Amino acid sequence: MSSIDQYTALYSENACAFDAHSAGKLNTMRKHALESLKGASLPTKRTEGYERTSLEDMYAPDFGLNPSRINMPVDLAATFRCAVPHMSTLLGVTVNDVFHPVGSLEQRLPEGVTFMSLSKAAAEKPEVIEKYYGSIAPTENAAVALNTLLTQDGVLIHVDRGTHPGKPLQLVNILSSTVPLMAPRRVLVVVEEDAELQLLVCDHTNDNSQSYLTSQVTEIVAGRNSRVDICDIEESSARTSRHNMLYVRQSEGSSLNHTTVTLTCGVTRNDYHIDLTGDHCDTRLSGMAIGSAGMHIDNHTDIRHLSAHCKSDQLFKYVLDDNASGAFDGRILVTGDAPFTEAYQSNKNILASQEARMHSKPVLEIYNDEVKCSHGATTGQLDSKALFYMQARGIPLEEARTLLMQAFMSDVIDRVSVDGLRDRLRHLTERRFNNYRQGDAANEQCGDCPASTSND
Amino acid sequence: MLPDCLYILNIPAIMSDILLKVNELRAGIDGKEILKGINLEIHPGEVHAIMGPNGSGKSTLSGVLAGNPAYTVTGGSAEFHGLDLLALSPEDRSHEGLFLSFQYPVEIPGVSMVNFMRAAVNAKRKYFNEEPLSASEFLKLMREKRAVVELDNKLASRSVNEGFSGGEKKRNEIFQMAVLEPRLSILDETDSGLDIDALRVVAGGVNKLKTDRNATIVITHYQRLLDYIKPDFVHVLYKGRIVRTGGPELALELEEKGYDWIKREIDGE
Repeated sequence: MSSIDQYTALYSENACAFDAHSAGKLNTMRKHALESLKGASLPTKRTEGYERTSLEDMYAPDFGLNPSRINMPVDLAATFRCAVPHMSTLLGVTVNDVFHPVGSLEQRLPEGVTFMSLSKAAAEKPEVIEKYYGSIAPTENAAVALNTLLTQDGVLIHVDRGTHPGKPLQLVNILSSTVPLMAPRRVLVVVEEDAELQLLVCDHTNDNSQSYLTSQVTEIVAGRNSRVDICDIEESSARTSRHNMLYVRQSEGSSLNHTTVTLTCGVTRNDYHIDLTGDHCDTRLSGMAIGSAGMHIDNHTDIRHLSAHCKSDQLFKYVLDDNASGAFDGRILVTGDAPFTEAYQSNKNILASQEARMHSKPVLEIYNDEVKCSHGATTGQLDSKALFYMQARGIPLEEARTLLMQAFMSDVIDRVSVDGLRDRLRHLTERRFNNYRQGDAANEQCGDCPASTSND
Repeated sequence: MLPDCLYILNIPAIMSDILLKVNELRAGIDGKEILKGINLEIHPGEVHAIMGPNGSGKSTLSGVLAGNPAYTVTGGSAEFHGLDLLALSPEDRSHEGLFLSFQYPVEIPGVSMVNFMRAAVNAKRKYFNEEPLSASEFLKLMREKRAVVELDNKLASRSVNEGFSGGEKKRNEIFQMAVLEPRLSILDETDSGLDIDALRVVAGGVNKLKTDRNATIVITHYQRLLDYIKPDFVHVLYKGRIVRTGGPELALELEEKGYDWIKREIDGE
């Protein structure tokens, strides 16, 4: 039985429970999804674009779902303390797929900013949900359809026209369960015309011995001249699989600066689909991945220039050690309607061991003469001359290696625009490399966070 | 004749008087032997110049002494104040007081000079079981040592050697030497790429750091640097061996006559 059959069967048996606990719009979309899943299958390594990560294998284990919404350990959300100190954020937490506002979030939210569960939003902001939910992520994509079928809740972030929240929002996703669990989640982000959003997303695992699969679809609507800054940090356990699908539609003059940071994981596949639909859009897509024993990190990007005078710039960097494997598959499409496009892509990787593997595949499709495009991919080792220079100054070899690896990541960190977060990311990467050096990678977790260490 | 007990007392004194003793050192790279039996003895307070034509093995000698893993030692020994130098890792050689000023200082983008020096200073302190320096102690040390070579404060906040001019790179080397206070400094072609003003500043820095307890090996092609850093001994390296040793006058003779007469004498032997 294929994964899709397995989960559609599970849905059919529990259809009433799914529908009973979800908003109307989600249920309507669910019907469409079920239709499009008929005869569909998830990509395998034989599918183009998935050569290094089989979604079929990722979804195949018999993960449980929680259609009746029982036994959600909500106390986790209440006790969660953020490991990003010196940053004041407006914090919300999801445990699996249930959203919990933290503290007095609702009172603290500035005028014009909505940050709540989709269920609640369906009642309070029905026009936003009706208009945008499922409007960007295509259900023709089997993984999106499966997510749409199984999703019961998620998060809405909405910023009204012209609103500048003045503070970053933070969404912490915690996986917690006593049985192998799949958490299908939806995040809808709507930033209206002339509005701004800074968002920090952190993925954690509560119990390192349990296996999890997250299937997350995030849809971002960036209105005219809006500005969206997102940093997504994953620190999940070795038994966590994450399939993260991001769909963005940028309108004229909007700018998006998205950075993804994979510090620890099991198997991670990130799909970034960004459509530049208006003139003068600006997109910066960055990624940093640190892989060690057993980890697999696959970033897939697809930036479509559909309008004139837009600029996109991608930078993805990997440091892979032990038997870690990484993949970067980056596509830039420039259509005939997109003259005066500037599109750049760079993928740089360091293999710190003989066993580590990196697969890099840039794809440029250009149907326009008025473009400036470039791409580059390099994979190599640490600079032996720099290592000896540092050793000759008394810096032990392992420490020198760590310094070089951190230095290698510094330009990705510098691209993050949220103040305070750059320092924190430097600290997190330093700790990641140091802990790794001390042979602690398997237990590496976001150190100060009780949510991630309570079950150790 | 001294009484026996004084002989015994004298032995450790004599031993510690030798800072570096290189004996029949042989080394090469990629299976090709470059050093073919080097003998050298250096005492505290001395300045030794090593000169020689291109390809004679000068940089190999400095690399081998500093522990560059690119080179393979094939024979001989090197004793550094009583320690088996060749058995030490490059970082431990540094902690024990060996300093190599690189002919081509390496640029390390993304690693700030401050972090680089802090790591170096604290690694040495850790080696000697000392607590790391506090932030204020460290900054004070940097300030003091920058003055030795008139290194601009702005360079300290940049990445290691990145975008530094040739002169700034060499000054930065001597600045690091000032911070680490080595017992033996090897200056590998420190004069290359320097204009006369930069040369004066760099040489001035080296002279300021000179005491009767430390020693310096100056590796150079030209006599010019030796006008500023006065050597006690001049060695001529040719085909992997030290073929002549003399006083400062030997450098002047080489400047005047070139290396050909030595080559002829040796090759004719």
